Amino acid sequence: MSVASQDTAVRTGGFVRATIYLVLVMFALFYLVPFYVMLSNSLKPLAEVTGGNMMAIPETWTIDAWLAAWSSAQIGVEPTGLKPYFWNSILMVVPAVAISTILGALNGYVLTKWRFRFDNIVFGLLLFSCFIPFQIILIPMARMLGIMGLAGSTPGLVLVHVVYGLGFTTLYFRNYYAAFPTELVRAAQIDGAGFFRIFWRIMLPVSGPIAVVSIIWQFTNIWNDFLFGASFADVDSMPMTVALNNLVNSSTGVKEYNVHFAGAILAAMPTLLVYIVAGRYFVRGLMAGSVKG
Amino acid sequence: MGFLDIANVTKAYGNTEVLHRVDISVQEGEFLVLVGPSGCGKSTLLNMIAGLEEITSGEISINGRVVNGVHPSRRNIAMVFQSYALYPNMTVGQNITFGLEMHGVPKAERDKAMADVASLLQIDHLLDRKPGQLSGGQRQRVAMGRALVRNPDVFLFDEPLSNLDAKLRVDMRTEIKKLHQKLKTTVVYVTHDQIEALTLSTRIAVMYNGYVQQLGTPQEIYDTPANVFVATFMGSPAMNIVPAKVVINGDDAYAEIEDSNGAKQQLKFNTNYLQEWNGKEILLGIRPEAITDSEGADRNATNVQHLTNTVGVTEPAGSDTFVTMTLSGKDVIARMRADVNIAPEQSFDFAINMDKAVAFDPQSEERIKP
Repeated sequence: MSVASQDTAVRTGGFVRATIYLVLVMFALFYLVPFYVMLSNSLKPLAEVTGGNMMAIPETWTIDAWLAAWSSAQIGVEPTGLKPYFWNSILMVVPAVAISTILGALNGYVLTKWRFRFDNIVFGLLLFSCFIPFQIILIPMARMLGIMGLAGSTPGLVLVHVVYGLGFTTLYFRNYYAAFPTELVRAAQIDGAGFFRIFWRIMLPVSGPIAVVSIIWQFTNIWNDFLFGASFADVDSMPMTVALNNLVNSSTGVKEYNVHFAGAILAAMPTLLVYIVAGRYFVRGLMAGSVKG
Repeated sequence: MGFLDIANVTKAYGNTEVLHRVDISVQEGEFLVLVGPSGCGKSTLLNMIAGLEEITSGEISINGRVVNGVHPSRRNIAMVFQSYALYPNMTVGQNITFGLEMHGVPKAERDKAMADVASLLQIDHLLDRKPGQLSGGQRQRVAMGRALVRNPDVFLFDEPLSNLDAKLRVDMRTEIKKLHQKLKTTVVYVTHDQIEALTLSTRIAVMYNGYVQQLGTPQEIYDTPANVFVATFMGSPAMNIVPAKVVINGDDAYAEIEDSNGAKQQLKFNTNYLQEWNGKEILLGIRPEAITDSEGADRNATNVQHLTNTVGVTEPAGSDTFVTMTLSGKDVIARMRADVNIAPEQSFDFAINMDKAVAFDPQSEERIKP
């Protein structure tokens, strides 16, 4: 295998190769520098941040800023730290990702294996939802949440994210299942399995790669969302992103940059973790279905 | 009333009718093959028997029970698919017993049935593997095992051998035939391969354009094809079809054809055939093996006609030698003994067994019955 892939690679001289690596390393550094700044400054006492060199390694190492950001920093009017909002985000993200992924899988299953009249139109309409800008639906959605009694609550946010995610998850699963042989479904029907049994026993067990894609996509989008969180959540359901904004914008006293840096890293941590753990499946899953076999 | 009755069944998608009034009655233990070129409706008909496609009109009954609208799993049928359709996430054993599990058969009974089927098909050693780890022939066996274990009223096969290589296909064909002789279960088998149809079946339905062109035993289909389509589709090389003119002389009818030099020659038909076709054009059908050299002619033939003609090409094929010539402007193939003494371009005395000759109406292309 390795021999074959070497043969297909473009052969280049040592100088060209060195240049390529140099450029790549520079790009990597360029993107890593901001993260380095955040990390090193979050580990310094405030005085060192405001008085010293932004690029320097901490002289006094301390995790006080992290502890403050997590549990005691001023968020709006309450000195609670980011902790309660972190749990708000978890309580919002986990059900929203799970529900939108399961529904997307069911949609994909129906749209490919239980075709009905105008199914392509239904799919087209679902896809269309991917292209609706968030801002347009803010006011109608606020009204809908009000009518349903979900305004300012975590279930309300879950609903909004599920509705917005369905287009993408349906697209993923539909395209994945389109390459799944229909004869298997027919064989299972003859074997006596019903609609949900076929889904559960035949389709889902082979849906690993695309489920990972769907989960990463949904998790990242929902966790990082600011607009819906700022618009539809109240203080008890406010997600991490909104709380971080409030932390940075709290106007009492001095700006604690080291705490802000620590808070920002805390807010970004879960998506980073998801990518590190499942990233390679992400690339694999995105490619799956594009080439047969 | 047969065991499996297909009565007046049609299938339409919107306004397009793809199957027209199919009537087939299958007796218990029969091996019925539906054969035809792709798009002839044979797979659609099979799917309708299975319950995977709805019946537009007409009735299908299995074992005395009308199954229109009955769910596939309640028709007591089992199906083997072209792609085998093995569940990729389950082991061979789980694949075989999935149907029983869905029907609520207890685990002990399932394992017993699985063991029986596995030893019958010699796949005992594969039970813990996944389908991805099997060769084509092994997958084929597992697919058959999954069908067998249900102990169904009717087996449905949808081109089960077309994904195998040539040698394996012949082996599995023999094995399916053995299995049928042993189990004596009713089988409906779809294929586009006329050899499979002739070798496996007890009866064949030749289909084309959504019509059953002819339903009969392999012998009937081969010797007395209902029309030109059946004649040319069944048999390899195909039956030779040559335009000819009927000349009546007393009780005997003659087919007047042109040899490769443009000279008219006459071949006598068996007595009392084609009396009312005097002077009219027909299509004369002769199987390649009915044209031989004089010594190679069938000893039991009652009416061997001789015809001197120029040899075109000779193609030795091991067991036979194929010889082409031109008759009435058409290429005609003869199948002769391997050691026949014949050379291209020579003038040769062909012996034609007119017992096996058939005549078709050139307008309707239907066979003219004696």
